[in-house]
Amino acid sequence: MAELARLSLTDDELEAFTVQLADILDHAADLDALDLADVAPTAHPLPLVNVFRADVIGPTSDRDEVLAAAPEVEDAQFKVPPVLGESR
Amino acid sequence: MAEAVRSGARSARSVVDEHLDVIAAREPEIHAFNVVLADEARFAADEIDRRVAAGEDPGPLAGVPVALKDNMCTRGIPTTCSSRILEGWIPPYDATVVERLAAAGAVLVGKTNLDEFAMGSSTENSAFGVTRNPLDTTKVPGGSSGGSAAAVAAGFVPLSLGSDTGGSIRQPAALCGVVGVKPTYGAVSRYGLVAFASSLDQIGPFARTVSDAALLLEVISGHDPLDSTSIPAAPADLTSVLDRGVEGMRIGIIEELSGDGLEGIAGDVQARLGEAAAALEAAGATVETTSVPSTVYGLSAYYVLAPAEASSNLARYDGVRFGLRVDAPTSGDMHTATRTAGFGDEVKRRIMLGTYALSAGYYDAYYGKSQKVRTLIVEDFARAYGRYDLLLSPTSPTTAFSIGEKTADPMTMYLTDVCTIPSNLAGHPSMSVPFGVGDDSMPVGVQVLAPAMGEPAMFRAAAVLEAAAPPRAAS
Repeated sequence: MAELARLSLTDDELEAFTVQLADILDHAADLDALDLADVAPTAHPLPLVNVFRADVIGPTSDRDEVLAAAPEVEDAQFKVPPVLGESR
Repeated sequence: MAEAVRSGARSARSVVDEHLDVIAAREPEIHAFNVVLADEARFAADEIDRRVAAGEDPGPLAGVPVALKDNMCTRGIPTTCSSRILEGWIPPYDATVVERLAAAGAVLVGKTNLDEFAMGSSTENSAFGVTRNPLDTTKVPGGSSGGSAAAVAAGFVPLSLGSDTGGSIRQPAALCGVVGVKPTYGAVSRYGLVAFASSLDQIGPFARTVSDAALLLEVISGHDPLDSTSIPAAPADLTSVLDRGVEGMRIGIIEELSGDGLEGIAGDVQARLGEAAAALEAAGATVETTSVPSTVYGLSAYYVLAPAEASSNLARYDGVRFGLRVDAPTSGDMHTATRTAGFGDEVKRRIMLGTYALSAGYYDAYYGKSQKVRTLIVEDFARAYGRYDLLLSPTSPTTAFSIGEKTADPMTMYLTDVCTIPSNLAGHPSMSVPFGVGDDSMPVGVQVLAPAMGEPAMFRAAAVLEAAAPPRAAS
């Protein structure tokens, strides 16, 4: 799970988290007591429908200001280490 | 306070200076703030005074010092979410609530501490240290908006804003003895609020009195085209209905969330709830105990749904566009190294839990099932509100607990949210009103719950409770 979530854990952390997460999932097993066969799921509390706004240009973010927040930038683009290559 | 500033009887500068003095005296002990903006606040106050002198009206919160939970974006001022992963990040825009506060004449004096990314119930999960309860500094202030609650309780500010995903405004309000409101989902724009669990998050006010909370909620409410979940309706008038009382209202005490139905509700909390019910009855309401059966399953469903949404929302912290980056030879390794160094334990726990609940093979067993339970809760509330105008429960099962008491076992910490979570799952408003103290002399909060858009009735009941609340010993 940690790998999927892009986290790396020490052996001690792995042990502690495993116990804690199992405990939380045990609690979630309470829900097994309910008959949910004919119940529809709720993802969201509001009955939202798509809306369209008028096609008017509003204020936009300043590119330099946004780029200034990035750890590394080159030629007005976000720069990252090689995507392919030897993994550690 | 705002009236005095608007009429010129008091200067905004003197109001702000007075509060900055209180902060200077007690903040080192309490640690409510991640940052105090003293110079900026004095500058803004002087500007308000200039406008008053020029005959302008700076607005309903003229010169009133406010504090913001540090997960709301402020242009040019760091916004950290009390996380290492955002340390040093300076937002290029203001949250809508920040613009509305400024337009109302409020003066921002600081940004408050929170559990990292609002995940927690005690403000002990902050990367920048714990916040202490101003009424007893060995106790937690609650969380996750513990800094905002403590700032109001300590007299640092009369008003502050927090965010509430599963109780993060109401529970700290109860533990610190202040008023805290989670509005109807969609009533307050979340543009510029750093997302935790998007189908549950809502911004709301902390205040010392019910009428102050009503005024602040009026200022921040209303439709915002920048938030797709914002309700396209005019904000409810709250301040003018506060004195209408509860004569003829039908109010139900939720059996499953009170002492008779739920193990873990402390005797003193249950006793105050009973007295609060009696006060509402004395004011002309009909009060009886009622069953809202599925509310008790809210906690289990929430601790699947909220981490699931969080695991997706927090995928954006990848060391590419903002915040921390830990260098590594490849992008994949860089993401992992950055997230491992930048997130604290509770955030990691919830990201992994959410990743698991959404993963192929486990989706139906956890996420799908929890969404169905959410439907049951919505339906049970709908039935209850067919018979009652408002519902009542404790806000927190106990008064403030000691610092360190629950940190070793996440599940015991999560259980403190059992009474507050159902309103988030349903998208309904609810608020905590201080009502007397427990056996340890620490404040008890009573929770008033209302159906969607039911804020006016909710505030009327809150005003009755406030007037009837037993006086708290001087603190």
